[in-house]
Amino acid sequence: MSERLTIGFLPLVDACLPILAAEHGFAAEEGLELSFVRDVSWATVLDRLLYGHTEAAHLLAPLAIATTLGRGRPAQPLAAPFVLGLNGNAITFSPELAQAVDAPEGKLGDPRAIGEGLAREARERAAAGRKLRFGVVHRYSSHNYMLRYWLAACGVAPDSDVEIVTVAPPFVADALESGEIDGSCVGEPWNSVAVERGVGRIVLATAQIWRRGVEKVLALRDDRLEARRPAVEALIRAMRKAGQHFVDPANWQANAALLASPAYLGGSAELVLRAISDRLVLSRGAAPIPYPDFMFQHREAANFPWVSQAEWLYTQMVRWDGMGFAQADADKAGRVFRPDVYRSALAGTGDLLPGASSKVEGSLAQTTAVSAQQGTMVLEQNSFFDGRSFDPDDLPGYLAGLSR
Amino acid sequence: MRIAVVDESAARASVIREGLSKLDGGEVVVLTERKGLLTQIAALAPDVVLIDLGNPSRDVLEEYFAVTRALSRPIAMFVDRSDEEAIAASIDAGVSAYVVDGLAASRIRPILDLAVRRFNAFARLQADLDEAKGKLAERETVDKAKRILMKSRGLDEPGAYAELRRKAMESSRRIADIAEAVVTAHELMGPDGGTAE
Repeated sequence: MSERLTIGFLPLVDACLPILAAEHGFAAEEGLELSFVRDVSWATVLDRLLYGHTEAAHLLAPLAIATTLGRGRPAQPLAAPFVLGLNGNAITFSPELAQAVDAPEGKLGDPRAIGEGLAREARERAAAGRKLRFGVVHRYSSHNYMLRYWLAACGVAPDSDVEIVTVAPPFVADALESGEIDGSCVGEPWNSVAVERGVGRIVLATAQIWRRGVEKVLALRDDRLEARRPAVEALIRAMRKAGQHFVDPANWQANAALLASPAYLGGSAELVLRAISDRLVLSRGAAPIPYPDFMFQHREAANFPWVSQAEWLYTQMVRWDGMGFAQADADKAGRVFRPDVYRSALAGTGDLLPGASSKVEGSLAQTTAVSAQQGTMVLEQNSFFDGRSFDPDDLPGYLAGLSR
Repeated sequence: MRIAVVDESAARASVIREGLSKLDGGEVVVLTERKGLLTQIAALAPDVVLIDLGNPSRDVLEEYFAVTRALSRPIAMFVDRSDEEAIAASIDAGVSAYVVDGLAASRIRPILDLAVRRFNAFARLQADLDEAKGKLAERETVDKAKRILMKSRGLDEPGAYAELRRKAMESSRRIADIAEAVVTAHELMGPDGGTAE
């Protein structure tokens, strides 16, 4: 008898792993039958998860933490035993803004140089009485935190020099076209949709801001995770196999077509392929440019839920929500990520399992070997663009060094 | 008490408005346009906002409620925990509710209950309509299959229908399914496909 699991998702390329696990039979091999519920807002994905319409969900990592801490609604503890991927988002400007900040044509810009141009432009626009406005997909999203991290490090105060508003991913292109926003940070395929319509230019990949930034997670209610533990562990194994399939160039075309089908993303396979193959078209009509690891779904145990990633997100929540740092909240946030479940699911499969549960984020400027449960594993560069690193043993110290 | 119903389906919104207008002292305003939604909400200053789960503006609206928390009438996301059951019922029906902080649970409950009943009623109407539409589409397919058989086998209309029915009974399938197969085969094999017997 196979076990059934229902998974909620938003139509984004990084919902790929559970979908491919179902479509390619990896879930069935693990004795699972997956069904999916597609929604158009994170609020609804979350409601369905909390009220039992779904057992697991493709969810913004910061939203899983905010829900656990009771930000915005009564606290409900969530658990994230699997990171669905790292990065995969981009910053897209209106063609006018891209030109005003001297974003280079035909390649991704340098985050520092574009940031300097943007700081200049933001001051001019604010002085003229019409601040630059940026769209992010949700208040509690890595998109919001990545954009703010970059802006602040370039001398632009996100809450006073510019405006940041929420825009649902499918409407980003519309909002750029109507001038409602001047730029956005959103996942694929929605940057490419704006590019194709000629209303936006991709100026940066979020991987340029933090080379290994945590993105979506598979989230469950804490109590459901315990109740369905064997099924969840089976799902983790199936998604690791799906990840191996996903990163193999031989499968890109077919997976793009599958993900683009009406049941899942309901869009253009060609645009989905750009994200999957790390080849972005930055402005309409331009040749695609390769940017390795634009999306990072599998290698280097990319799906391992590092507690330090959750803690970094918590520091950003403290930084931008204007609430004080509390050790108890930091601990709760850290416990949302469940490396113990990930390890238990994959023990004995031969998959790479990091020996530690936390690491200094952004400390690797080059390829480095770290210890795994058996032998060593290699981690590549994981830096933040400003050269800062995040030590999970000193959150207040890290926060003190950041501007607001 | 002012209730804003945010729903891009004008038909459903009117079904809900009709239900809620029976409440004493309730003023119901329906917002169907995505454009300018926040401006309209701000101008209305509603006590309760009802929005369907399939509405793409939910995240935008929640963000607005979060940042206006500092205002004199902050809107809470959902009601307090004591109403958990009512909330679960509303999520099941496909509607979420946001309520001005401090509004008594006794005033919220009847609104939620009514909204749930109206949402469920609309869902039933929708299902009936889909079924009727499905039946209409089936009838068109059967007509098409009859025309194909009449042309290719030289049958008259009753004869073509009898042929479809005979095949359906033989294979214990529905006539509509047989008709669908005839139409598909005809399309695959071109206009002369059916004559190859």
